[in-house]
Amino acid sequence: MSGATMRVPGAGGWTMGKANLEVFAETVEELARADPALLVVTSDSRGSGKLSSFATRMPERVIEVGIAEQNLVGVAAGLAAGGRNVIAVSPASFLATRSLEQIKHDVCYSDRPVTLVGISAGVSYGALGSTHHSLHDFAALRAIHNITVVAPADNWETREAIRAAASPPGPKGLRSPVYIRFGKQPVPDLPHTGPFAFGKGRIIRAGKDAAFIATGETVWRTLRAAEALSARGVSAAVVSMHTVKPLDETLLREVAGAVRAVVVVEEHSEHGGLGDACARVLMEAGVSPSFRVVALPDEYTVTGSQTEILDHYGISESGLAETMTGLLVGE
Amino acid sequence: MMQDELVGKSIAYRRDILTYIYESGGGHTGGSLSCVDIINVLYNSIMDITPQNWESLDRDFYIQSKGHSVEALYVVLADQGFLDRSELKTGNKFGTRLIGHPTRKVPGVEHNTGGLGHGLSVAAGLALAAKLDRRASRVFCLLGDGELAEGSNWEAAMTAAYYKLDNLTAIVDRNRLQITGHTADVNKLEPLADKWTAFGWAVHETDGNDVAALAGELRGVPFAAGKPSLLLANTVKGKGVSFIEGEAAWHHKVPTREQLAQAMRELEVQS
Repeated sequence: MSGATMRVPGAGGWTMGKANLEVFAETVEELARADPALLVVTSDSRGSGKLSSFATRMPERVIEVGIAEQNLVGVAAGLAAGGRNVIAVSPASFLATRSLEQIKHDVCYSDRPVTLVGISAGVSYGALGSTHHSLHDFAALRAIHNITVVAPADNWETREAIRAAASPPGPKGLRSPVYIRFGKQPVPDLPHTGPFAFGKGRIIRAGKDAAFIATGETVWRTLRAAEALSARGVSAAVVSMHTVKPLDETLLREVAGAVRAVVVVEEHSEHGGLGDACARVLMEAGVSPSFRVVALPDEYTVTGSQTEILDHYGISESGLAETMTGLLVGE
Repeated sequence: MMQDELVGKSIAYRRDILTYIYESGGGHTGGSLSCVDIINVLYNSIMDITPQNWESLDRDFYIQSKGHSVEALYVVLADQGFLDRSELKTGNKFGTRLIGHPTRKVPGVEHNTGGLGHGLSVAAGLALAAKLDRRASRVFCLLGDGELAEGSNWEAAMTAAYYKLDNLTAIVDRNRLQITGHTADVNKLEPLADKWTAFGWAVHETDGNDVAALAGELRGVPFAAGKPSLLLANTVKGKGVSFIEGEAAWHHKVPTREQLAQAMRELEVQS
């Protein structure tokens, strides 16, 4: 499905990009060529991480620990302590919770600036089922001090996020632990407005009636919904809140304070993710538009492809447009 | 350092450990007393780690995976000049950096530990980085025996053997007691030496409370070229104080003033 010039049906002139996973692999290689200290640590995950070609071209840059995610993160922390620039790669589901204590103790608490990359995040693995879904990673990692949690929306954000996390550090201590998660299906390229920086959301569509705050690969679905709403006379903004933590509270308050309804969208459990984070900020600020979170409910997740699962839970053009319309009508 | 000096250090460290635990009102008495001879020998006879070379990567590294025996580490770090001895008085007090498990806020602490089964992977990463960068650094990791029930140790053991990390030495403080009682009554560790051998490590066994024996073994690492080294150090939990030795109840018991005085008298006789 990839191909830079492919039109996205019904998507108003967007072009289809690659899978963020592919962009990740390209960016890793770009950074590795510029930085002799860069190492990628894998847990039998180089194929899943699209890193096989990189491993063939630069085998000395890949450290393999086998199917042992706790060890993956511990070894990564040790390599970082030994002066290396380390990217640890594993499916998001396993990385974020199988290795959670290693992330907490060995990376965050010990302040070893490892870049943790959760591949095939959310429900990317589709029919492989809940063992492989990461609907808990935002919640688990948000509660840990000293980590930035990022879900890039498209190829550009993915490239910028990996560069920001794993470029050679400046003066000592500037780099800090980062968790970046993304999916494996091709995603459209979205409008690029402004520079990329962790903790700074991006308004990718302006709107005066309503606002969607979305993260990761729900952003392009949300943008479609905003376009559909436009045809019905509703002006809806879309924010790519790629950094779930630290949250861009200033932007959130500004955007939410200027509209009548806000819908937060995430490929994550409804508990403990971006939605909860936004609700707290807005309540504490006394900003009270009509508010809804569209995420995966607390139930055994339905089975199907990623698209089918997201469609089922209303993370789709029609589902999101409907949710927003309902909020506005119900005022 | 000569053997009699090492023996003297161990006695002094035991006094400091007990005083620290008494004054701070908390600590892992039994385990700190069992492993202090190992830490003593490492810092005074084996490792190249000093306050002067601390900021460099061209030195050795020590990871204390059994982080709960932190008092033994603090008193040795104070003796090595990483800490002012007066700071030991702040142990466990509000706002201190001398808390009940090692953190990098304390000068001389390489890695934050406390959750068990973490240190060996980090040590393997450090050793691997040294190998890749052709540094002569060696990495020493102290493990508890009860800690070996954590499966992550064995993940790390496989990786260390796979990467032929003969610059990595793990030392097991084999005191055969954990908080519940005898290790053999909690899980099946034995045959422990055979397990490490099967995982690709070169294994030696010694008396872990005999500083001369420890120094002799640790001067000989790596035990085999191309393999990580494992020193199974048979120790006595609570070593050096009669009423603490071999008593699981002293895992994290704090001595009373009378018990402290009694312990000091016993250590005085040994010096």
